[in-house]
Amino acid sequence: MNTENYHVGENFDEMFTEEGHCRAHYSEFLKQIKKTSPKRMSHLQFSANKTQIAMGMTFNVYHDNQGTEKILHLDIVPRIIPHEEWKHLEAGLKQRIQALNLFLDDIYNDQKILKDGVVPEDLILKSKDYLKPCIGLKPPKGIWCHITGTDLVRDKSGEYYILEDNLRCPSGVSYMLESREIIKRAYPDLINQLGVMPVSDYPVKLLKMLQFLSDKENPVIGVLTPGIYNSAYFEHSYLALQMGVELVSGVDLIVKDKKVYMQTTKGLEQIDVLYRRIDDTFMDPLAFNPDSLLGVPGLFEAYKAGNIAIANAPGTGVADDKAVYAYVPRMIKYYLDQDPILNNVPTYLCREEEDRAYVLENIEQLVVKETNAAGGYGMLIGPKATVEDHAKFRNLIKQNPDNYIAQPTLSLSTVPTLTDEGLQGRHVDLRPYILYGDDINVIPGALTRVALKKGSLVVNSSQGGGSKDTWVLYR
Amino acid sequence: MLSRVANSIYWLGRYLERAENYARFIDVNFNLMLDLPPDLKEQWEPLVFATGDQELYKSKYDSFERKDVIYFLTFESENPNSIISSISSARENARVIRENLTKETWEKLNELYHFIKNRSTKKNWFKDSPHQFFEDIKNQILLLYGLGESTVARTDGWYFRQLGLYLERADKTSRIVDVKYHILLPSPSLVGSPLDFLHWTALLKSVTAFNTYRRLYGNIEPAKVVSLLLLNKYFPRSVFYCLVEAENCLNKISGDSDGKMNSAQRAIGALRAKLEFDDVNDIISKGLHEYLDDLQLKINTISDCINDNFFQIKDNFISQNQMQE
Repeated sequence: MNTENYHVGENFDEMFTEEGHCRAHYSEFLKQIKKTSPKRMSHLQFSANKTQIAMGMTFNVYHDNQGTEKILHLDIVPRIIPHEEWKHLEAGLKQRIQALNLFLDDIYNDQKILKDGVVPEDLILKSKDYLKPCIGLKPPKGIWCHITGTDLVRDKSGEYYILEDNLRCPSGVSYMLESREIIKRAYPDLINQLGVMPVSDYPVKLLKMLQFLSDKENPVIGVLTPGIYNSAYFEHSYLALQMGVELVSGVDLIVKDKKVYMQTTKGLEQIDVLYRRIDDTFMDPLAFNPDSLLGVPGLFEAYKAGNIAIANAPGTGVADDKAVYAYVPRMIKYYLDQDPILNNVPTYLCREEEDRAYVLENIEQLVVKETNAAGGYGMLIGPKATVEDHAKFRNLIKQNPDNYIAQPTLSLSTVPTLTDEGLQGRHVDLRPYILYGDDINVIPGALTRVALKKGSLVVNSSQGGGSKDTWVLYR
Repeated sequence: MLSRVANSIYWLGRYLERAENYARFIDVNFNLMLDLPPDLKEQWEPLVFATGDQELYKSKYDSFERKDVIYFLTFESENPNSIISSISSARENARVIRENLTKETWEKLNELYHFIKNRSTKKNWFKDSPHQFFEDIKNQILLLYGLGESTVARTDGWYFRQLGLYLERADKTSRIVDVKYHILLPSPSLVGSPLDFLHWTALLKSVTAFNTYRRLYGNIEPAKVVSLLLLNKYFPRSVFYCLVEAENCLNKISGDSDGKMNSAQRAIGALRAKLEFDDVNDIISKGLHEYLDDLQLKINTISDCINDNFFQIKDNFISQNQMQE
C-alpha cells in the first residue's frame, strides 16, 4: 500500500511529520504496509469487522428496543505510542487520580479545600452530582474511584492534554481487549517484532483490585448491569466472563439486615463486592432516584454499614463535572504539593465574569460545553457552527452561566486510517484505563477513538466514531 | 447459580433442541413428498398440526402449500416456535447469560443466528432444494452440542441446559409420532401398503432412527416403531430415554436435601415410571393420539414444576412462558 500521497494536515499526525517523514516508532509498520497490497488491506479490514460481528462485539443503539446492534468500527491501522511518551502519561495519570481521590474524600468529609477557598464551595455543594447521602462516608480502603478512563488529546505540537476524567463508570475497556485479539491476527509478526505491551491481563488486575476491597479471604464478587438493553451490555458480560464472577442485575439482588444477597437456585448467597455499571443515582431507589427500577432497595444502607464494597463509590460524578475539571491542577498543587505533569485544556468558566465576557466575545473560536452532558451532546463547536447557533449559545450562557464552560477549539491529532480513498488522516483521542487498588495501575494500552468522518472532531461511538488498537511499546 | 441465569440456560437448551427438531422434520417431510406417487397430493398439513401452531397458520394462509408451510415453520417471525424464532430466543437467552457460556458456544450460536437471519432476508430462499440449508442448521446445532460435550464443566449450568434439551426432545419425539396419526392414507385398504411403509420410514428418519430400528426390530411394523420411539431404553431420542436423562439432571440440580423430593422430581418420576411399564399394544388399542396428548400435557406440568422450584424465587421475577400447546 502506498503512503506517498498521504496528506498531513495542520494538526499533529501520529505517524508522519509535517515534512512527510515517517516517525521512528512507526517505521516498522510502514515497511509492513508497503509490502501489503491495497486489496489485502481491504481484506484484513473486512475480516476484522466480520470477527467483531461473530464475537457479538456489539453495542445497542440507545432508545431502541428492537435490539438493533451495531459494531464499533475497528480500523486496522494501529495507534502506536513510544515507551518514553507512555512513561510520561503514566506518571501524569497516577498523579491526577491520586489528587482526585483525595479531593473526593475531602469534599464528602472535612471539606478543607472548600474552606480554604481553593475550589468554590457553591460549585461543589450545589452540584446535582454531589450526593448528600454520601456525606461522612468512608469507603473501603479509602478509595473512591477504582476504575477510571481518562480522555486525552494532543495539540498541534503533539503535547498531551487531559480532556475529561470519567470517574463514574467509564466504558470501552472490552473494546481495548477484544480489538487487540483481532488486530493480532492481522499483524502477527509485526506485534512480536515491535514489542507491544500486552493488555490481556486487565481482567486479572481488575479482579485482584475488587478482591482487595473486601476483608474476606474469598469474597463473592458481582458485576452489576442495568441489563441487556444497555448500550454497554456486551462489556458487562464480557468482564464478568473474563473475571469468572457473576453478572447480576437489580432483580437478582435483595438486601436483608443490611447485607446484600443474590437469588440462586439454592436460595440466597451473600455478595461482598459489586463492580457497578449503573449510574450511582440509579443504584438504590431508597437512597437516591426513587423511580429507579434498575436498582436494589437498601443497597446504600448495606454499603454504609460496611457490608458490601462498591466500585466506583457512589458520589464520584461530582469530580468529573466539566467545571470542576478546571480546578484539578489546583487540587494537585493543594493535596500533593506538585506541579501537574499533564496539563488541562485551558478552560473558561462561564460562571466567572471575566471568563464569561471572553467567551461571549470569542464564541466563534471556542468549543462550548454543558458542564454535565456526556457523549458529545449539548455542545457547540464554534468554528463549525452557524451564526444562529452562536447567538443561541450566547443566550444560553447568559441565562445559565454555571452550566457552561468553553475551551479553545482542539486540534486533535490524526492517525492514518483506512478509508474508501486509501489511507487518510482521521482525528483521534486516547482513553487509557487506570485501576486503583493496593496501588495505582495504568494499563499499558488504551481505547483510541477515531472520528471516521473526514475532518470531524467528534469521536463518540454514538456519533460516527470508530476505534483503533493502541500499541504501547516495550522500548 | 443465579435463578435468572438457570432459567435462561434451561430455555437455551430447549430452544436449540426445538430448532434442531424442526429442521429435521421439514427436511424429512420434503424428502418423503418427493417419493410419493405422482397422482397423490403433497401432505404438509400434518406437520403444522404436529407443532401445535395450526391456529396461527390458518390465520395467515388458506391452504397447506409446501412453500407456505416451510416458510411458516422456518422463517416466520410471528410464529414463536419457528426455527428463526427459536434460534433468536436461544441467542437472546445466551446473550443475557453470556458470562456463563464458553466463548466458543456464544460465538457459534451467534454465527448460526446470523446465518439464518441472512437467509431469511433473501428473496430466493426457496430457489433450490432446501435440503442443504436444513442440513447446515442441524450441523451447526450439533456442533454446539459437541462443544458442550467436550468443553462445558458438569456443574448446575450444564444440568439445567441438558434438562431443557431432554424435556424438549421428549416432547418433540412424541409430536413426530403424532404426525403419523394426522397423515391420512387415501383409503384404509392401503394400511401395510408401500405408501404406508414410506410414511413409517420417513417417521423413523425424522428422528434418525431408521438404521437403529432395522438393527433392533427388523421389519417395519407400526407397533414396533411406536415402541422404539416411545418406550425404548437405549435409543437416545425415545421419550423414555429422554425422561430418564432429564430425571438424572433434575436429581443433580436438586441435590440431597435430606432425601426429600421436590414437586418436579415427583412429577418426572411418575411419568418415567409410567412409561417404564406401559405396553405398546395397550397404547395403540386405547388410542395413540390420546396417549400422546396426555404425554405432552404431563411434560408441560413437569416444566411448570421446574419453574416453580428453581426460577421463581422472587415475586417480581419475570418468567418465560414458552410452552407449546
